[in-house]
Amino acid sequence: MSDFRPVQVRVPVLSVRHMDSYHAITVVAPSIAERFRSGQFVAVAVGGEHSSMLLRRVFSIHDVKPDFGGTVEFVFSERGNGTEWLAERRARDLLDVVGPLGRPFPLPRDPVNCALVGEEQGAAALFPLANTLRRRGCRVDFALGGATADRVLGTAQARRLGETVSVATGDGSAGTRGGVLDLVSRLIETSRTEVVYASAPVPVLRSVAAVAEKYDIPAQVRVEEAMACGTGVCMGCVVPVVGEDGITRMARACVDGPVFRAERLRFGDVGTIPFDALGAPGWKSAVEDTAVREAG
Amino acid sequence: MRPDLTVRLGSWEAPNPVLTAAGCAGTGRELAPFCDLSRIGAVTTKSVMIEPRAGNPMPRMAETPSGMVSALGLQGPGIDVLVQRDLPWLVSQGARAIVSLAGSGPQEYSELAHRLDGLSICAVEVNLSCVNPASQGRRFAHEPAEAAAVVRAVRDATAGDVPVFAKLAVDGVDLRELAEACVTAGADGLSLINTVRGLAVNIDTRRLAVAGGSEQGGLSGPAIRPIALAAVHDVHATVPDVPIIGMGGVRSGTDVMEFMLAGASAVAVGTAIVHDPGAGERILREFTEGLERRGIERAADLVGAAHGGNE
Ligand SMILES: Cc1cc2nc3c(=O)[nH]c(=O)nc-3n(C[C@H](O)[C@H](O)[C@H](O)COP(=O)(O)OP(=O)(O)OC[C@H]3O[C@@H](n4cnc5c(N)ncnc54)[C@H](O)[C@@H]3O)c2cc1C
Ligand SMILES: Cc1cc2nc3c(=O)[nH]c(=O)nc-3n(C[C@H](O)[C@H](O)[C@H](O)COP(=O)(O)O)c2cc1C
Ligand code: FES
Repeated sequence: MSDFRPVQVRVPVLSVRHMDSYHAITVVAPSIAERFRSGQFVAVAVGGEHSSMLLRRVFSIHDVKPDFGGTVEFVFSERGNGTEWLAERRARDLLDVVGPLGRPFPLPRDPVNCALVGEEQGAAALFPLANTLRRRGCRVDFALGGATADRVLGTAQARRLGETVSVATGDGSAGTRGGVLDLVSRLIETSRTEVVYASAPVPVLRSVAAVAEKYDIPAQVRVEEAMACGTGVCMGCVVPVVGEDGITRMARACVDGPVFRAERLRFGDVGTIPFDALGAPGWKSAVEDTAVREAG
Repeated sequence: MRPDLTVRLGSWEAPNPVLTAAGCAGTGRELAPFCDLSRIGAVTTKSVMIEPRAGNPMPRMAETPSGMVSALGLQGPGIDVLVQRDLPWLVSQGARAIVSLAGSGPQEYSELAHRLDGLSICAVEVNLSCVNPASQGRRFAHEPAEAAAVVRAVRDATAGDVPVFAKLAVDGVDLRELAEACVTAGADGLSLINTVRGLAVNIDTRRLAVAGGSEQGGLSGPAIRPIALAAVHDVHATVPDVPIIGMGGVRSGTDVMEFMLAGASAVAVGTAIVHDPGAGERILREFTEGLERRGIERAADLVGAAHGGNE
């Protein structure tokens, strides 16, 4: 049986390169590569062994290759101290990496038409998914967005993998002017989409989920809530998710996600504790209300 | 020769002094891929309450220099899930469990302790940093008499062969007075320290970086280690025969030695696990190697050895 448990490894950097306004780091990490499934991520320690930066930085796995026993690539933009440090890494430097983490994208049983929707760095997770879907005979169409042309991640790669690629940019410097959402309805209609996969900030995911619902097709959404450990020990990354039993729980985005079925995630309540969530101050009366309503 | 790592924590003899701190090991399952739970001294559970609890809204954490500010709000599934699901799993892995309790008054703490009756646990830890609803948002640990009442309730409800540790925080208290009150009330040992009140501000959102606010934000990590060491040192001087579980910024094997020399019988690793899920086993290895390198035969000989002499 394959072992899907994540591992912690100190691994050498194989290469660092630029991809538009992003950096791509490839590390030699066979144990992560062999466990990886699409949608998972890595949690990287930054700043060296005695670093004062104690939270791990998490990045989508963008590519996995069999080279050197198994390499793993992630793509990131410089944001704060941690990603600045990462951008300075060079070949042969060692990185402390934990992965692969998180629940992967569920895959369709049959060859179906899939729309892959990604904004900026969120798109990184879609490329291994596209590969897998293609191998299973699925049709793949991409909708990619970003503030500017150089923030749209992976257009060239999407052209190789996708049946179609539509692009939207905030400033109109590539594709249509606007957000990725503006592309989704048209995409669903023209390519007879049967499943939507989206990886983007929560407000975008929410709108994409609404469009998918309008067309009555399932959507799998991947959130990027801030994470401290990535392994599930700290409870720092919770989002409200409705369980099979109809009860809302504060689920950890890192281990219970980051991929959720769109209808399970309470988009409007992300960042809050809904009053009826299990263990919220009002949850007991909410449960009783439901019981009364059902009895009545 | 391999050093003897065993340490005494009241009536319990731990195989070695490296434990996990409350709330930093998940249910144990999340940590198991990275750290052999049967190797480290014990796993302390997240503080458990009677009922499930959803905790604070996001954001719950912010990184600060060599530390982090967190306001989690004790999210957890409640004692029933701990007893039925998490504890049996820990036992099945050969892990030793310390259960941390959180309640809203002596009655509730006592009820929690009763529910642990007959289960195979190594110790009970009483988290006294919970807000006391009867005292305008003050915490039990802020009033020695209230803390003592809670400790007594737990001691009375816990089997005699299971040691009860009272976990204290350093904010706004006379620590020695508090420690003495807890020991007089029946605490077999003391856990020091909980997070230190702290705050971070997000300049982009112009809001507090943790939603729980300044009343709930707590600083942890190496940034608080000197504060924790001073607390351990002072309390050991006050009640030298009472075992202490020291914690606060432990990150390496030498940190363990520091805490033990200051008076701790064992140490717990918290934020270091958030940073490095393999920290438990790594720190134990570093500690063991450190003893070997120095020719120290018994870990227990370190306890309190920094006291006296040069004072
Ligand atoms: C599941 C997941 C996958 C991600 N994948 C990618 C990716 O493939 N490429 C990429 O460029 N970024 C990705 N991110 C965002 C990335 O984690 C942050 O940009 C990065 O941590 C910022 O670190 P910093 O040290 O530069 O920023 P700082 O502001 O110094 O970081 C301080 C803390 O805040 C957290 N943080 C800051 N910004 C973000 C953010 N936007 N999202 C989440 N956490 C944040 C950091 O992790 C760190 O804990 C992902 C986030 C998640 C949750
Ligand atoms: C993520 C996190 C969760 C915690 N949860 C609890 C808890 O449930 N109960 C408790 O008594 N202390 C809790 N603490 C405090 C730790 O157990 C410990 O006392 C404190 O963090 C200092 O140790 P450290 O610097 O090694 O983290 C928590 C700390 C962190 C960082
Ligand atoms: S980031 Fe720690 S639990 Fe998710």
